[in-house]
Order: sequence, then structure tokens, then C-alpha cells
Amino acid sequence: MKFGTHIFALSLFTFAAFVAAGFGVDAPFRQHMWVLFLVLLGFVAILLRNTNFAPAVAVDPSAYMDGPIRYGAIATMFWGVVGMLVGVVIALQLAYPDLNIQPWFNFGRLRPLHTSGVVFAFGGNALLCTSLYVVQRTCRARLFGGDLAWFVFWGYQLFIVMAATGYLLGITESREYAEPEWYVDIWLTIVWVAYLVLFLGTILRRKEPHIYVANWFYLSFIVTIAMLHVINNLSMPASFLGSKSYSAFSGVQDALTQWWYGHNAVGFFLTAGFLGMMYYFVPKQANRPVYSYRLSIIHFWAIIFLYIWAGPHHLHYTALPDWAQTLGMVFSIMLWMPSWGGMINGLMTLSGAWDKLRTDPIIRMMVMAIAFYGMSTFEGPMMSIKAVNSLSHYTDWTIGHVHSGALGWVGMISFGAIYFMVPKLWNRERLYSLRLVTWHFWLATLGIVVYAAVMWVSGIMQGLMWREYDEQGFLVYSFAETVAAMHPYYVMRAIGGAMYLSGALIMAWNIAMTILGYQREEQPMPGSVPALQPAE
Amino acid sequence: MEYNLMREFADSWGLVAMALFFVGAVAFALRPGSRKLADEAARIPLEDE
Repeated sequence: MKFGTHIFALSLFTFAAFVAAGFGVDAPFRQHMWVLFLVLLGFVAILLRNTNFAPAVAVDPSAYMDGPIRYGAIATMFWGVVGMLVGVVIALQLAYPDLNIQPWFNFGRLRPLHTSGVVFAFGGNALLCTSLYVVQRTCRARLFGGDLAWFVFWGYQLFIVMAATGYLLGITESREYAEPEWYVDIWLTIVWVAYLVLFLGTILRRKEPHIYVANWFYLSFIVTIAMLHVINNLSMPASFLGSKSYSAFSGVQDALTQWWYGHNAVGFFLTAGFLGMMYYFVPKQANRPVYSYRLSIIHFWAIIFLYIWAGPHHLHYTALPDWAQTLGMVFSIMLWMPSWGGMINGLMTLSGAWDKLRTDPIIRMMVMAIAFYGMSTFEGPMMSIKAVNSLSHYTDWTIGHVHSGALGWVGMISFGAIYFMVPKLWNRERLYSLRLVTWHFWLATLGIVVYAAVMWVSGIMQGLMWREYDEQGFLVYSFAETVAAMHPYYVMRAIGGAMYLSGALIMAWNIAMTILGYQREEQPMPGSVPALQPAE
Repeated sequence: MEYNLMREFADSWGLVAMALFFVGAVAFALRPGSRKLADEAARIPLEDE
């Protein structure tokens, strides 16, 4: 029977959620378990409707397994639009506090929904599907473990749904980028170990003797995130059927653990993983090998050795020992070199093919991503210097910095990879429309520029207002005055975000039409077709 | 294990071991004759499909 064991196991899981919904010790936990119950029930129903008793069709072991990757590409697009939409909503909430709808949709609950939505749902799905795409094609091997890839895909979606609904219900550990409570953390650990087994198993059965460097980056991302996630979330639940837990650490140790996790989420999730994407999809789209393979290996080891120490720069001028703050700062500054080495490696891959920038909007998107990688990895170390940090910390400058990295680097390289993969995954000759990719490119780029520039101005103003003393040593501005001064910038930031979101909506349309098999009748990109010369 | 002991190990032998590993990895990447192998490896994604 098709899906027989799946249906049986899921039914047990559904029943357990039902029991937990009945016996939960606090109301948010019971509500959360009802959500879990309904989601699982729906899933069981779908499986029951698709089951049959025909003998299983044998799979071709030499063919790539692309089903979960197709689902992953769609999930990336879906969560991307959702996460960015929530971002625009909370930007507007900051500008117009009346938009806070209590209690489920206030800023405090929507903000982690936005960060987790774009980082883990959009970025995570992009990493998941591209890593499975790249590992098969560079190892020339089918994914390991049969249906394991499906478990990883659906298990990860369940994690996203549980994390997101938990935030809205007010369930949170209050740990930056790791807000889900203990039971959701345990579920993610199980899914993540399965992902590691899936990825490593595929590498182990490779037919290509060398492991291509993109897989090194992906593997380091998977291994490091497992380590970070487990240690950062060490906690003691207050009860077996309740939503509250207490961290294993306290005080400054807890703060350092959180930022060791938090900065390495940036370093290994948002950087190493997406560098894996860069090292595969930029050469593919440019149809040229990477500029220097040996530089890419040095890039890898330097990132691995340096990033893990940079976290304490989030805790300058706190109770953290001074030497630890300085250590974080020094390692952050040293990161300049590998980051720029990697940026140069990515950009120079196009050397000799720069004309593609004019004719290929996907390459343009990837190049813009690499440019933003370079820019935000320049800005980050600069902000980690204590003297700069004393002005920038806790201000909107930090928010601007994060978004130039997230929208510029992570977003753009993911868009490029999805645009590359989708026609191949669905056997389409080309995308529905290249003109729409150009629209997306410009809306996204201008959106980021507006966003980052506005946040620089607003952040530096905010920092200067906070530290302004008069001649008698009193602070010149009250906190509320600094908030009022930022209103125009908050409105402009929402506009920048809305531009970026509209680009993503255009992409969703373009991708959907490509999947459905349409091709838009349009003028080719200027320069892509050589002009015909009259015969002489 | 005591904190001071771990701390002393980390900033002496631990540091030396990691620095040596890193230098070794870089030296291995740049070893004589690696250029040809690296150029072959760089073509892995392009030889598919």
C-alpha cells in the first residue's frame, strides 16, 4: 500500500497532538497543539486520498530525485512572499503604531514571524532545495535514503508552521532568531539530523571522485547549524505538556551563548550556505568555471576558522569580559579578507564574459548579490569596531546593515538560483519572461538602496541624538523625541521594503507561469541576438 | 573540568593546533601541482547535463 507506514505513523502523531491539546497545562500550549492536530489531520487526509494498492513502481537509481526540489522551489517562493509581506507590515507598524492589532498581530509577535519567515522559511527552503539540487549534480548521484528527502522537506515545513503559529500565540523563548519553544526545537533537531544524513549519504555514494567546493559550504552550514541549534536551545521545560522552558545558562553566559548562535546563524546559515549557492549557480549561469578554485578552498577554510569567534561583537560595552569583546572585534575585522577574497572570486568568474551583464538579467542579479555580499561584509567588520559600535549599536544602522546583507546578498542570490533552476526542474525551454526578471531586478535593487540609505541616516541620527549632552551634562533629547524624529524615515523604509516585495511578487508570477508552461511573447533582450548584417 | 584549565588549554595548545591546521589547509590548497587538479575540479558543475 502506497504511503502505508507514513499514514500509520502520522495518525499516531496526530493522536498524540490531540491528547496534548486536551492535557496541556497552559492555554497557549493547548492552542498550539490544536494547530498541530489540524495540520497533521489535513496531511493524513491528503495521504489517504492519494494512496492506492497498485504495486510500487521501481525507481531508476541513476535518475536524480527532483520531486522534493520542485516542492522546495515553490515553498521558497511562497514563504519569501509571506515573510517579506510581514516585513512591510511591521515597517508600517513602526511608522503608524495604530496598525498594531492586539494581541496576535502586534509588533512584538510579528517581528519574529518576519525574521524567522525570511531567514528560516525563505532562506532555509532556498538552501534546502538548492543544496539537494547541487549535491546530486556535482556528485552525479541520486539522493540517499529513498523518501528521506520528503521527510526532510515536509518536516521542515511543519517546523516553520509550528514556529510561526507559536509566535502569533505568544509562545517564545525570546532568543534572537531562535524564538521557538523547546518542543519545536526538538522537532527541528530531528529534521536537521535527517537532513545531515541525507546530504552526507548522497556525498558518500558519489561517482565523481572530488567533492565540489559548493558541497563543502553546504555541509559546513548543515553541521554548524546543528551544533549551534542544540547548544543555544539547551533548556529545561517547566512541564512536559507546557509551552514554557528555562535556559540552561543565565546572565552573561546566556547572552554570549545567544550571540555565539546569533552571529553564526549569520555566518553559517546566511553566508556559508549561500556561498555554496554562489559557487554552483554563478558558474552555471555564466557557463564558465569559477575564477580560482584554489581561492575558493582558502575562502572556505578562512570562513570556517574565523566566523565562529565573531559573536561577542554583539555584546560590546556589556557585562561580557573585555577580552572577549576585543576577541570578537578582532576576528570580525579579520573576516574582511576571506569575505572579499570570496567576493572577488565570484565576480571574476565573469571575467571575459562581462557582456552577459547587459543581456542576461539573471547574471545581473547574481552579480548584484555578490556586490552586496562584499558591501555588507565590509560594513559589518567596521561596525564591530568598538568606537563605531558605540554609535551604531541598538540603532537603525544595524537594521540597515542586516537588510543590505539579507535583501542584497541572500535574497538576490536565491532569486538567481531559483530563476536558473525552475526551467530545468520542469523541463521548460526558458523562463516565462526575461523582461519581468529585469523588472524584478530593478525593483529589488532600488528597494534595497532606499532601505539601506534611509536606515543609515535614521540610525546615525538616532545614535547622535542618544549621546547628545548639553554643557551641564544632561541628555538633550528624551527617548520619545528620538522616536518622533525617525517617523519620516520609517515611512520611507516601508516604501523601500514594498518595492522589494513587489519585485518578489513579479517573480512569483513569472515562476508560476513558467511552471504552468507558458512563454511570454516579447522582444529579446537587447544584444542577446546578434544583429544581422546585410550580405556584401 | 575547571574553567581556568580549559581557558589555558584553549589559548595555548588549542590555538596552536587550529592555527597549524589552517596553515596546513592553505598550504595543501597551494601545493605544487594543485593548479591542474583545481582546474579540473572547477569544471565539475559544467560537465553535467
